[in-house]
Amino acid sequence: MAVKVSLKVNGKSVVAEVEERTLLVTVIREHLRLTGTHVGCDTAQCGACTVSMNGRAVKSCSMLAMQAEGTEVMTIEGVAHADGTLHPMQAAFKEHHGLQCGFCTPGMVINAIDFAKHHPDPSEQEIREALEGNLCRCTGYHNIVKAIGAGARAMAASK
Amino acid sequence: MGAPLIGARVERKEDYRFLTGAGQYTDDVELPRQSYAVFVRSPHAHAILKKISLDQARKAPGFIAAYTGEDFAAAKLGGLPCGWLITDVNGQPMKEPPHPCLAQGKVRHVGDQVAIVIAETSAQARDAAELVAVDYKVLPAVVDGAKARAKGAPQLHDIAPDNTCYVWAIGDKAVADAAFAKAAHVTKLEFINNRLIPNAMEPRVANGAYSRADDSYTLYVASQNPHVERLLMTAFVMGLPEHKVRVVAGDVGGGFGSKIYLYAEDVAVTWAAKQVNRPVKWTSDRSEAFLTDAHGRDHHTVAELAMDKDGKFLAMRVKTTANVGAYLSTFASCVPTILYATLLAGQYKTPVIHCEVTAVFTNTTPVDAYRGAGRPEATYVVERLVETAAREMKLDPAEIRRRNFITEFPYQTPVALQYDIGDYNATMDAAQQLADVAGFSKRKEESVKKGKLRGLGYAAYIEACGIAPSAVAGSLGARAGLFEAGEVRVHPTGSVTVFTGSHSHGQGHETTFAQVVADRLGIGIDSVDIVHGDTSKVLFGMGTYGSRSIAVGGTAIVKALDKIVAKGKKIAAHLLEAAETDVVYDRGIYKVAGTDKQKTFGEVAFAAYVPHNYPHDKLEPGLNENAFYDPANFTFPAGTYVCEVEVDPETGVVKIDKFTAVDDFGKIINPMIVEGQVHGGLTQGIGQALTESCQYDATGQLLTGSFMDYCLPRATDVPFYQVDTRETPCTHNPLGVKGCGEAGAIGAPAALMNAITDALGVKDMPMPATPQAVWKVLNNKQAA
Repeated sequence: MAVKVSLKVNGKSVVAEVEERTLLVTVIREHLRLTGTHVGCDTAQCGACTVSMNGRAVKSCSMLAMQAEGTEVMTIEGVAHADGTLHPMQAAFKEHHGLQCGFCTPGMVINAIDFAKHHPDPSEQEIREALEGNLCRCTGYHNIVKAIGAGARAMAASK
Repeated sequence: MGAPLIGARVERKEDYRFLTGAGQYTDDVELPRQSYAVFVRSPHAHAILKKISLDQARKAPGFIAAYTGEDFAAAKLGGLPCGWLITDVNGQPMKEPPHPCLAQGKVRHVGDQVAIVIAETSAQARDAAELVAVDYKVLPAVVDGAKARAKGAPQLHDIAPDNTCYVWAIGDKAVADAAFAKAAHVTKLEFINNRLIPNAMEPRVANGAYSRADDSYTLYVASQNPHVERLLMTAFVMGLPEHKVRVVAGDVGGGFGSKIYLYAEDVAVTWAAKQVNRPVKWTSDRSEAFLTDAHGRDHHTVAELAMDKDGKFLAMRVKTTANVGAYLSTFASCVPTILYATLLAGQYKTPVIHCEVTAVFTNTTPVDAYRGAGRPEATYVVERLVETAAREMKLDPAEIRRRNFITEFPYQTPVALQYDIGDYNATMDAAQQLADVAGFSKRKEESVKKGKLRGLGYAAYIEACGIAPSAVAGSLGARAGLFEAGEVRVHPTGSVTVFTGSHSHGQGHETTFAQVVADRLGIGIDSVDIVHGDTSKVLFGMGTYGSRSIAVGGTAIVKALDKIVAKGKKIAAHLLEAAETDVVYDRGIYKVAGTDKQKTFGEVAFAAYVPHNYPHDKLEPGLNENAFYDPANFTFPAGTYVCEVEVDPETGVVKIDKFTAVDDFGKIINPMIVEGQVHGGLTQGIGQALTESCQYDATGQLLTGSFMDYCLPRATDVPFYQVDTRETPCTHNPLGVKGCGEAGAIGAPAALMNAITDALGVKDMPMPATPQAVWKVLNNKQAA
């Protein structure tokens, strides 16, 4: 049975016709072709699929598309400014070499932005704990932790 | 032009696309009329395939096609080849059992491919695959490498009696035995180098397409080496001419070795694309990745070090059983031999080394190169032995190392390699200082006051990188060359596109290589783009593994750049009406020595493409050069790692308090990227020592088949690292570079386990040192 799901993605209203079992990440990647959101596991552990829903970071592999009805979703494609300038958190990742292969990066950045909203000047330990749901195999987290600290402070300063 | 770019912390050119979701990973590629494949896999570790019924699957919605091993046999598709021939102790070739793309009559590990099912959507393919009925006759399985040769063990392959692939050895056993007989002290260890599952964050993906219009294939695949993939697939499996097959590996989300190999799925989707006349895409889910990506390590080793009364090393004896899994993966055979035993000299003047390696088949996922590949295993042997020896002889562990360090170069080891250069005291000095080893005893006292145990451990590793001189590799059994290729295409307005056979899957080649090009040409880095990962664009390539990219791939580019500069000089001489010998090239400008006459690089490029005033009698127009570079020797990165841990004896939890790494990678192009490589390598090494371990039950079921069970290090498991470098430039490549990708994973496990055993006051501690394992060791010690 196909069902209709209406939601806003990166500020645009979209309607997708999906099976009931369809996951939110499938709508994002396959229906909307927003391929910046990645799938890195099948047990909700890696966080590569993290998107922002109504301002909170959620794992889009662990939600049915139907559960996103009426929500506002922001994917990594919607994070930078309209003119292409990077968001302060994205800029911090670049400056601190907080990414290597880039596969976990969209989820890291989305999660970090949500975290930074509530932690304008986070400690190392707070950042490490906030990454509990995001796996990275390349960086050893060292530069991700540095980037998130710098990004959070830059976000706070630009308020 | 501005400041030199070699050695500069340049932010990465590739980051913008990754940070904005604009990367194009293989699963992001969606082709017109795309279809989707799912593989039916064996749930048993060892079974006879009695019957496969596709009847119900064929009726499933969206079903397009399904194929089994019978179809592949009828199509005369070959098995997957092994790229390295090992000759055993009796001069016989290793046993190479067939490695079919889809099982032929028998399955040999959980996850072995039985059938491919293709449908209109991935969900429909999954549904249809569930309707494939397979009748298995389950056989007993053997999982543990140490038990594979036991009498009565289940046999995997008819052509490999006793499940033995080979027994191989290096060094003179009689001479080693004689040295042991004279030793004042012998240190002996027995341990397992635990099996690991690589887990690049991007699972494998293969999307095969076929065009009837020109009878050609295109395979989009998450690969570290697209040309090697094409060569293996066309020449050895499918019997296709290479010019009819294009392999594209765009953005790849990490590899760590696991994406070097030609996998069955790659062949299956490529072949099936022609059968169904539509593109066929397979995307591994993580559960499949755990079951089918080639695993790493899995050695059982007994090692001994003989010393005189002063702790001078006299000889080493090592006996290893390497579990290669159910089949030989692409480079499986060379990892526990050529890439392992040849590194057993470490940084030391051990005069005699004998190592015997027995490679065995078991009912487990094939094992192949994983970050470090043989060298972490060798470093673990050497550095655990050395540290243990120091404790047994009551010598300072740094001092025993210094007494045995190689200090004169070139140095010929007793295990085939010749080190060109290094300064092991320099990295040891720097590491001791950075780690504040002098302050350790004070910190230990403070830990004791808190009821905690504190320990410090070293690892002074060496690795052979810049793989590899082709002739040497060939004499050791390699079935491929190991050079690299590069092309420099100067455009008419002076900007440059460089094509490299190396491949970046996180290493940042688009930046590092652009720094090299821009620096050597003296042009802006924004005028340089690096292209890799597409056989239709790049002239040739052997890809990226073995920390070879900058040393071999970078050198190929430098050689092509030299040709560009030399041709430009001829053009400039003509334009400036000067003798070629009077023209010098200085950071983007051709000058006539002793005059103010000059032409910019851009002007020369323009003249090459708009050759109105041009030496047509001597030169072709255009400015485009390529080069192939085959290295003269391996490179030998080395360094000292110091790890300091605090252990809670109540819980067995190990906290890494400090981790210091001082590496000698030769010349460094981009320190920011190099540090990132070290951080990542260290974390994978720490993962091996502290959290990660592939576990099967006795029937061959994978117990650690998800991130819920297999513990990849998380951010809270690791500290901020202290990293630094010392530099002895490589003597045999023009950049003086050695490579940095694997060092961290090579040196970290031994340093960490040396620290933990120091803290616990024990000789043996198995990896991974999970809280439970540590707690058990402590309690056994107290009971004893």
